[in-house]
Amino acid sequence: MSGFVLKRMGFAVITLIAVLTIVFFIVRILPGDPAMVILGDQASQQSIDLLRARLGLDRPMIVQYYEFMAGVAVGDWGVSMVSGRPVITEILKVLPATLELTIAALILGAAIGIPLGVWAAISRNTIPDYLIRLASLLGLSFPAFVSAVLLLFAFAIYLPWFPVMSSGRGTSLGARLNDLALPAINLGLIMAAYITRVSRSAMLEVLGQDYVRTAKAKGISFSAIIWRHCLRNTMIPVVTVVGLYLGILIGNSVLTEIVFNRPGLGRLIVGALNQRDYTMLQGMMVIYTLLVVVVNLLTDLTYGLIDPRIKYS
Amino acid sequence: MSAQDPAAEVTKVSYFRLTLAALGSGLIKAFNTNKTSWVGLGLFVFVCLLAALAPLIAPHDPLDQNILDRLEGPSWDYWMGTDAYGRDTLSRILHGARISLMIGLVSITAALLIGTVIGLVAGYVGGKTDIIVMQIMDVLLAFPSLILGLIVVAMLGPTITNLIIAIALTAIPPFARIARAPTIVVKEREFVEAGRALGYSNIRLMGGHILPNILPEVLVMGFLWLATAIRVEASLAFIGLGVSPPTATWGGMIREGFENILDSFWLALFPSLAILLVVFALNLLGDGLRDAIDPRLRGES
Repeated sequence: MSGFVLKRMGFAVITLIAVLTIVFFIVRILPGDPAMVILGDQASQQSIDLLRARLGLDRPMIVQYYEFMAGVAVGDWGVSMVSGRPVITEILKVLPATLELTIAALILGAAIGIPLGVWAAISRNTIPDYLIRLASLLGLSFPAFVSAVLLLFAFAIYLPWFPVMSSGRGTSLGARLNDLALPAINLGLIMAAYITRVSRSAMLEVLGQDYVRTAKAKGISFSAIIWRHCLRNTMIPVVTVVGLYLGILIGNSVLTEIVFNRPGLGRLIVGALNQRDYTMLQGMMVIYTLLVVVVNLLTDLTYGLIDPRIKYS
Repeated sequence: MSAQDPAAEVTKVSYFRLTLAALGSGLIKAFNTNKTSWVGLGLFVFVCLLAALAPLIAPHDPLDQNILDRLEGPSWDYWMGTDAYGRDTLSRILHGARISLMIGLVSITAALLIGTVIGLVAGYVGGKTDIIVMQIMDVLLAFPSLILGLIVVAMLGPTITNLIIAIALTAIPPFARIARAPTIVVKEREFVEAGRALGYSNIRLMGGHILPNILPEVLVMGFLWLATAIRVEASLAFIGLGVSPPTATWGGMIREGFENILDSFWLALFPSLAILLVVFALNLLGDGLRDAIDPRLRGES
């Protein structure tokens, strides 16, 4: 087990380096000089040169690459060009709010999606199945900001149940939950749509297995078959897909945070884009990459918890 | 076989006709397997028609500002009301459809072509090339596409061309994945083996013999990714990185509507419904077709 964990972690580090390298070069290859982007096209050549020197953009690409990677490794992600504070401090300040939102959304998505998917599968090709499939397809057709705007209008403005702006800084648990509710519901419902679909197809696959037929032949009750024989086996594809959908979840969390005006990585990145905070953007790319790699690692390790037949070797 | 040889030309033409006919009948069969695909196709064609005819059927000029009629609710003159500049929402939605569909179609066509070639070649060549290329694709696939799109558009500037580049870039890896998987199966089949024995070149085998077999899966994925592309374009516009104002884009309209949501909620509502309609239609279409061509799900309906 520990050998496997080490191997997976080694692989995660390699992936991390690869993603950072690709992202680094994509940003550099794109036409458009960051110094010119920051200063605008009216800036004098002299000030552009000065800023280029300050950002280290005048040095050879390979040197820049080395310094970027070395900086990432030791936690020196540079200093924000707008606030003057270290990028990593700014990111760590809002990271908990984003994690809180995404984890709440995942829990909600699983709590709604898995039962619905299982229900659709066991009542395949009947009215509930059609309705659930249609609803989940509709759910994943919603751009996150559209559903967020509609939810905000319905439950914060028309029916003033929740705050229009969620500060994410409530001190008491109740205030925090109240802040979290609408954004988490928005993100959670979209996740539920994805999870419903995977759970349904995974369950359909399991229901066709020989051991399910055997269990039926032995006269085991239907609910026992579902609970004891099927659910666990359904979970592997569900966990895999949740890992794969992380990118969608992150993208949607950015939009959700903007609509609900909630602090988090989403508002940080949009602020950095608007203010042309180049170092901050670079740091944001590092943190997103880290999140993706860590979640993929966790997904891999979860398999063993769900399915003891998977031996880590 | 020289290009002047008329007999060879005829066989070539009839060969392509045959493949096209097979593809066509296969598609119709797939549509019939899952009737919801027809509904999705109908809705999508309807939206495309509205977009194509926008200059003829739009009741007003989408950019025409009518300050006296600003922020009006739906009425006979303005079916979907007017925005903060007194522009007609319906006309802007019709014209916005052209932008959304154009950016979506061009970027996904580009991603489909590039991604398919990458996946096809990687799968066909195999070995180390395959491992390295697909590893790069997997790594890019892991990165959140909206964030990548955001950064690319922010660096290049928000023009239609740059939006197309950004969205296409994020959609290449999934097409490479989709194209590779069936390629490694099909390349082991007898007819490819036979072609190789006849001395056909690798390019001919890939383009003429393997490609037609993997095309249905790639095309189905195209519909689903077209839905994603339209969603991403709208999201970028909502964030403020869409085609610059005053051009009408759905995401941009929702953003403006969101700013006026307290007194004129319909401004955000109608473009939201428009995006939802197109994305849902494409998902219905692509999803139904995918069920139909997925061998694991065959015989389900």
